[in-house]
Amino acid sequence: MASTCAQLCLRGTGPLYSKTVSSTWQYYTRVQQRIKVTRVPTKVISGLSIRGNHTTATTLTRLRWKQQICFYSDSAAKYLTNEAKEGTNTQELSRTKVGAHKTSLLPTRDAALTTENSHISLDLDPVAQPSALEEISDEEAISISVPSAIPPASTTLRDYVDKSETLSKLVQLGVNLWKLEKRPNVGSMLLRLNFNTDVTPRLLFLKDIGVEDSRFGYIISHNPFILTESLENLQARVNYLKSKNFSSETVASMVSRAPYLLNFSVNRLDNRLGFYQQQLSLSANNTRNIVARLPRLLCGSLEPVKENLKVCEIELGFKRNEIQHIVLAVPKLLTANKRKLTEIFDFIHNTMKVPHHLITKFPQVLNSKYLRLRERHLFLEYLGKAQYDPTLPSYISLDRLVSLPDETFCTELALATLEDFYLFQKTL
Amino acid sequence: GGSSGAIRTFRKLEGLFCVYKPAGVHWKLVRDSIETNLLKGLNAAPSQPLPHEVRLLAQPRHESEASKGLTVSAVSVPVLSKHPLVTGPEFQHIRVGVGHRLDTFSSGVLVLAVGNGNKALNDFYTTRVTRDYTLEAEFGTATDNFTNTGRVVERSTYDHITQDKLERVLSMLEGVNQKTLLTYSSIDMRSQEAYEMAVQGLLGPEGKSTPILTGLRCIRFQPPNFTLEVQCLNETQKYLRKIVHEIGLELRSTAVCNGVRCTRDGLFTLQDALIHHHWTAADVMQAIQLYHSTKKNKKPSKAANKTSALQTSEDNITETQQSEINDGVAR
Repeated sequence: MASTCAQLCLRGTGPLYSKTVSSTWQYYTRVQQRIKVTRVPTKVISGLSIRGNHTTATTLTRLRWKQQICFYSDSAAKYLTNEAKEGTNTQELSRTKVGAHKTSLLPTRDAALTTENSHISLDLDPVAQPSALEEISDEEAISISVPSAIPPASTTLRDYVDKSETLSKLVQLGVNLWKLEKRPNVGSMLLRLNFNTDVTPRLLFLKDIGVEDSRFGYIISHNPFILTESLENLQARVNYLKSKNFSSETVASMVSRAPYLLNFSVNRLDNRLGFYQQQLSLSANNTRNIVARLPRLLCGSLEPVKENLKVCEIELGFKRNEIQHIVLAVPKLLTANKRKLTEIFDFIHNTMKVPHHLITKFPQVLNSKYLRLRERHLFLEYLGKAQYDPTLPSYISLDRLVSLPDETFCTELALATLEDFYLFQKTL
Repeated sequence: GGSSGAIRTFRKLEGLFCVYKPAGVHWKLVRDSIETNLLKGLNAAPSQPLPHEVRLLAQPRHESEASKGLTVSAVSVPVLSKHPLVTGPEFQHIRVGVGHRLDTFSSGVLVLAVGNGNKALNDFYTTRVTRDYTLEAEFGTATDNFTNTGRVVERSTYDHITQDKLERVLSMLEGVNQKTLLTYSSIDMRSQEAYEMAVQGLLGPEGKSTPILTGLRCIRFQPPNFTLEVQCLNETQKYLRKIVHEIGLELRSTAVCNGVRCTRDGLFTLQDALIHHHWTAADVMQAIQLYHSTKKNKKPSKAANKTSALQTSEDNITETQQSEINDGVAR
């Protein structure tokens, strides 16, 4: 009788199964009473894993009978911990992975079935589980330890942002956590910070030197390491810049626009200032001027700058004083892409036939987009208006050529319609 | 909640459109800038307000009273884990596919597809699709890569070349290509079916084959410069430049290609192509809507997407072939 019932259970045909299960289990309650509790845990968890499809049927039916069980593995764990006689043993077992003993127990189906049924029969006991509808006092309610929803390890800060005061306040400041967490180790670093002892003093320091509150988000998003730099160092660097006659407003503006600035040592800042002053033979005032307008000159490496200067002198053929003038007007050219610089110079000098001295007069053309310049020049050439020599009539100035928006360019320089310009672009 | 504004906008963005690729720009850069601009447009849509959740914050009054009872206040706080600064923008990647590729030297019509449009793109290119090109060329030089940017290999005179001689070489080339066309079409040449298809201009290879020029003529002749108009199938731009080089050789001189410009790719013409000023999400959406509406008007029945695409592309070819015949007669 027992074996046939077992066979029926194992084959498991839908609704019929659920009805037979209830009768079989009640039968087993009376028969099997001497099963040791300690041996139940291992087999129970793994025995259920063998079930596969059948587990869902049993779970659903049990849900209908008793309202307090959700996931079977969770409930099993809870049940075991509550009823634990050998405390440590059951604790460990409740944490083992469900499928661990799968293969080893496949041949012993009957054994699994009997132990499972005995477990289930124990579960059916009215004293087994406190009902969720019972009233408990407030102190008891608070003493129930809720497992933390925070995972011990995660690839994203999303899981921690609601629980961490630091992260929440950073988001409120406007820090882009999504971008920062992509950088290696930055996410962990931010999590470990204490808002009151780490973040606040530095933000107050920035405020003291004149950086606006609205820029804090931008600065931290680009340079989170400003929050780990020591305050003495930050102060020393600000003092150094002030000693070089940078005004306070200038220092504040430089820090706002180049977030990494204060992370560099005084030595390095000094090196760079010296380099620009020497290489370009600029006066102190002029050096301050270009560094204030492009503070990231002090942050990046000097090698590309040296190469660009060499390119300007040797390949492009500018004289030293011309280079000085160009850099003062457009400091960005010091960090421009070498290839693009050569490409656009080649077009301006060889195709548009503009001499060096005119380019020096309008250095912005070297900073413009190659394609834009090309299509405008070719349009003017098509219209017979490509005349860039100021000594000759109907002269087109280079700075207007590159800086005007399309519409103004068409109406004032080319004396044509915008549509004509767009149509012309499709003939190139 | 329901679908956000950004997702609804994205649905309107799915389809095909074409851009004008400038010369000297790799097609991948074009595709990437379009994707970046579309993402900018989609993520600019106002995001949904943050969901709130109620949290119970315990506030014990004093040490002595702790055991007596706790006051718990319910506070509704925004769920910061759904904030865009924490999750990132709603759209981080869009599938933008490229149709027939144009190499860096060439310019012209480049067909792109967004999202579900990529499926249509695959169907589009398995049918017999022809393309129109304009080739700018110059006599007198031969280079290693057949363009004016390559290393010069040979120079020659070209005074002896007349338009008549050029036309003769072009018609010889056309004849050769016509023969190749017939070889690749999988129909018995002696059947009535073959005749009817030839009349309609439907003969040709299905799918891949060697490049075939279905039409070739000179539209401008000002030595040393001349301009050719080409219709072709399964071509590469390098093959077209090689044709220019070979024409130079046939004329007992040399020629080099100064520009390759695609003026039509299947149903997409220069008129529909977006210049880079119009590579914004709004303009692209408009172009795609236009494509959907013209597709609806052209196709009376929904069935046989393939054959109808075939026929409409053939209509274009038939027209040009007619004009060729007319030109031939006029000569």
